[in-house]
Amino acid sequence: MTIEPPPPVITLEQIYKSYGDNTVLRGVDLTVRQGEAVFLIGPSGGGKSTLLRCINFLERPEAGTLTFLGEPLCSQNRTNFSIAPEKQLRQARSRMPMVFQQFNLFSHRTVLENVMEGPVTVKKTPKSVAVCLAREALDRVHMLQKQDHYPDQLSGGQKQRVAIARALAMEPPVILFDEPTSALDPELVSGVQTIISDLSGQGLTLLVVTHDPAFVQSTAHKVCFCDDGHILESGTVSDIYTNPRTERVQKFILSSGSRMT
Amino acid sequence: MSVFWSELQEYFPFLLKGAEITLQLSIISMAFGMILGFLTAVGRLSDKKIIRWPLEAYVEIWRDTPLIVQLLLIYFSLPELGIVLSAFWAGVLGLTLNLSAYLSEVYRAAILAVDQGQKAAALSLGMSPFQMYRRLIIPQAFVACLPTQGGYFIALLKDCSLVSFISVNELLRHATIMISNTFDSMNTYLMVAIIYFCMSFTSARCVSWLERKLTPSRNRKPKIKPTMSEMSEGGTII
Repeated sequence: MTIEPPPPVITLEQIYKSYGDNTVLRGVDLTVRQGEAVFLIGPSGGGKSTLLRCINFLERPEAGTLTFLGEPLCSQNRTNFSIAPEKQLRQARSRMPMVFQQFNLFSHRTVLENVMEGPVTVKKTPKSVAVCLAREALDRVHMLQKQDHYPDQLSGGQKQRVAIARALAMEPPVILFDEPTSALDPELVSGVQTIISDLSGQGLTLLVVTHDPAFVQSTAHKVCFCDDGHILESGTVSDIYTNPRTERVQKFILSSGSRMT
Repeated sequence: MSVFWSELQEYFPFLLKGAEITLQLSIISMAFGMILGFLTAVGRLSDKKIIRWPLEAYVEIWRDTPLIVQLLLIYFSLPELGIVLSAFWAGVLGLTLNLSAYLSEVYRAAILAVDQGQKAAALSLGMSPFQMYRRLIIPQAFVACLPTQGGYFIALLKDCSLVSFISVNELLRHATIMISNTFDSMNTYLMVAIIYFCMSFTSARCVSWLERKLTPSRNRKPKIKPTMSEMSEGGTII
């Protein structure tokens, strides 16, 4: 008896993106299934962050097909490339919120207001309900005690936890993380990583760009190595870190000192 | 000196009456100027050239000609085109158009200066650009440029003296009338300067108060209190 794989949440087929003459994504294929923690690794400038921003259409892909929860957000056939209407893109974005390297909290709003902003403005959740939702989300990241503080009163790690709560308050099926711990000082990294791992343990689907091999090895269900606008190799943690197939990945793993034995 | 005091008692209420008109002119022009300046700024941020170019021309024309010429044109030349305005409203129109040209540039810069990352965060939550501007960008931009707006308000208050050229009975014109009766230019102009100073200084304090009021995070105590050793080094926190 074979086990049915869980349904895909995000499917990319042959996604292309360029800025002028500089082609950043050259035909990316990727599937993120429900409950999976998929990690994108690879050298800087390899297209990881652009890929993430193309998935929620902060950047517009120029060719390829992207399906989110069964609905195509952009589609490509032999001659035509079309992108879904803006309204549908916005709705999709609200169901795959993003956590940024630089936190990007709304600086004129308190912690609680930051977390309530999405549900109230986008989902039109009544304020009283949104307060409960926001408190619950803050509790999950252990930031409830700071709910009345302003972002400039928080440490980097605390800001990132609030940013995660802001994403959680949207009750999304998937969260995108763009180098969530790269801007944190080393002491604060593990706190944020533990929270992200816990979310994965609770069944949330995650797509994470990171440069931290220990984080990948502790949390990833699937690792994709991204370089030169392609996904060169993907597999489990041990596929990539113990038995990399391609020379490029072997070199990268060796040079980053993260080879597992 | 005693002559001056008796003159003062007689004419001070008259000067204050002029100051009242000056304040009315400034406040009304500021209100309209802010609205018009904001709309111009938003229009200039549009990616459609057909909206952007006429507004750019508008801003340049009103910034690059003297206010006094604009006022004279509005009051003395518009009637030839059949548009007759009272001196007061001609003054309001001239000041408003002039101010909005300057303010639109202030607003445009402030809107552009709001952290790009926060814009990305707003969009990634599924907000529409309109929601993003209304809830996040404009409130932050408005507070960020409050001091500059305050500066423009004070400049406006003083520019109102130019409106005396088109016979609006504001502070400076009342002073001129007073001098033609008393021939005491020194004391009168000193009084006028003091009244202008009081109005401008009060406005500046109000703007500072508003700024503090609208940036609540800065009102709180600093999260990390300086230690004793830092305090002894002059109390500066780096």
